[in-house]
Amino acid sequence: MLCWTLKGKMEKVLLRNIGVPDSHRLAAYTSRGGYAPWRAVVESMRPEQLIEEVKASGLRGRGGAGFPTGMKWSFVPKDNPKPKYLVCNADESEPGTFKDRLLIEQDPHAIIEGTLMAAYAIQSHTAFIYVRGELAFGATRLERAVEEAYEAGYIGKKIFGSDYDLDMIVHRGAGAYICGEETALLSSLEGGRGWPKVKPPFPATHGLFGCPTVVNNVETLAALPWIIEHGAAAYAAMGTEKSKGTKLFSVSGHIARPGVYELEMGYPFKKFLEEDCGGVPDGKKLKGVIPGGGSMPVLRPEEIENVNLDYESVQAAGSLLGSGGVIVMDETTCMVRAAWNIARFYAHESCGQCSPCREGCHWMEKLFHRVEHGEGDKSDLDLILNISGNIMGNTICPFGDAAAMPAAAFIKKYRDEFEAHVKDRKCTVRG
Amino acid sequence: MAVEFSPEALEKFTDIVARYPRKEAAMLPVLYLAQGEFGHLGPEAIDYVAKLMGQPPARVHGVVSFYTMFNMKPIGRHHIQICRTLPCALGGAEKITAVIRQRLGVEPGETTPDGRFTLSEVECLASCGTAPMMQINDDYYENLTEEKVAEILHSLK
Repeated sequence: MLCWTLKGKMEKVLLRNIGVPDSHRLAAYTSRGGYAPWRAVVESMRPEQLIEEVKASGLRGRGGAGFPTGMKWSFVPKDNPKPKYLVCNADESEPGTFKDRLLIEQDPHAIIEGTLMAAYAIQSHTAFIYVRGELAFGATRLERAVEEAYEAGYIGKKIFGSDYDLDMIVHRGAGAYICGEETALLSSLEGGRGWPKVKPPFPATHGLFGCPTVVNNVETLAALPWIIEHGAAAYAAMGTEKSKGTKLFSVSGHIARPGVYELEMGYPFKKFLEEDCGGVPDGKKLKGVIPGGGSMPVLRPEEIENVNLDYESVQAAGSLLGSGGVIVMDETTCMVRAAWNIARFYAHESCGQCSPCREGCHWMEKLFHRVEHGEGDKSDLDLILNISGNIMGNTICPFGDAAAMPAAAFIKKYRDEFEAHVKDRKCTVRG
Repeated sequence: MAVEFSPEALEKFTDIVARYPRKEAAMLPVLYLAQGEFGHLGPEAIDYVAKLMGQPPARVHGVVSFYTMFNMKPIGRHHIQICRTLPCALGGAEKITAVIRQRLGVEPGETTPDGRFTLSEVECLASCGTAPMMQINDDYYENLTEEKVAEILHSLK
């Protein structure tokens, strides 16, 4: 898999072990200081201290929502007599996103060490790594790495001679995008369909089997060992005021150098695409770019002029940073077909629980399909916008918004192209 | 054909269930085990797993039909799953799919008469930087070209 790092002085937090020979093996990981931060946590930090340290680092959840990690941990009640669970969300499935897969396959011990720390912070004694079912190779590497960590005494009973016990289970999903949503993931882990649950109550109090549970993304957890080793202040010194540290970006589509990049938060978007990723190949022009995975609104070239890659700046531009899945489209791309492709994804993946999403996603897919194939009516465009508006905010989980937002953005930002398809009764881009 | 686990599979079943804090959490790994044993998860297999797990068959059926990786019908020895989502589509996935359809003479969702290949179109497999791509059984094949696909199909018996 392709992975690039920027030249210059930026400290590598998440990609620091990528490219090291046998980076997936315990010996390589410990030779580079791995599991020493975990020892330091167990031997010298109370759970509350660890939570405070991570709060001070400013680390925010990298699964897409950007919620502060330390705060999420602090919602777990200390006096609840039920068991507590920590779940690593390794169910990466967002279109255009392949950063977690890189870490899972090449640096599984960083994920395990981060998972140990998060479990310790909430005083959980059972942790799960829920890995996407299709990632068979990655799951094997995770399973082997967990075995190695058990054998070395980093997981198990009386870790480092303390009173702290933890078991870790690698659990494979079975093919369902929705299981990346944390309550759907918990339903799946309970042995059922991956159906999201109404919040509140939140998983922090009523999660797996009704017990207090925290779900953290792979990238979030993999940042923890570095934060403990170098200190919260060193992490918080990177990035912007509200978006601290570094983040992984998966770049795909019409781009000279696709791959996974680690950037300090706040890096200029246009510079990143043109200089670091080599720009749109073959001298073609940029037509649009999705900044945060398939769920996020597309941006036109003029909209990224002064955008920086951090949560606030991308939001101000009218989209969201999401998973950091950057999908680049050049001038030859048919935006109607692109919109249909994304709509088809959501029609296929809707779990079917809430009617606005179950019905609406299929309607949008059918309408985009007929516009693209020269059978559309002008009123179809407003009908899609109407359906999108009726899904938005009216479903149990954020999947509905994730289907509604890109559909509306494609039409609003490339309306001329949609209208030309309707008028000429054919795809006007592909002919 | 009696649908029942071999003694070795029953031993694996016991090990899997013992790993989880509650038995029902072992549902997906037990279904994987059953699919490995029986080839696919038809009605008898679902009834058998329901009995082992102490759950109604309807619930197990609901789980099996929810996830794309559980096959309710027999599939070919090589399950070709071509990613059709946007980054792969931008990289030419439609052309790759057309080549495979033509070479195998089947449409997505179908199996070749000799039982060698099943063709499926699937959604994003987290390999967008190396598009277009496909997964055959557990293995990823990335940066596909028409020539590469021809070679891969030829090499699979």
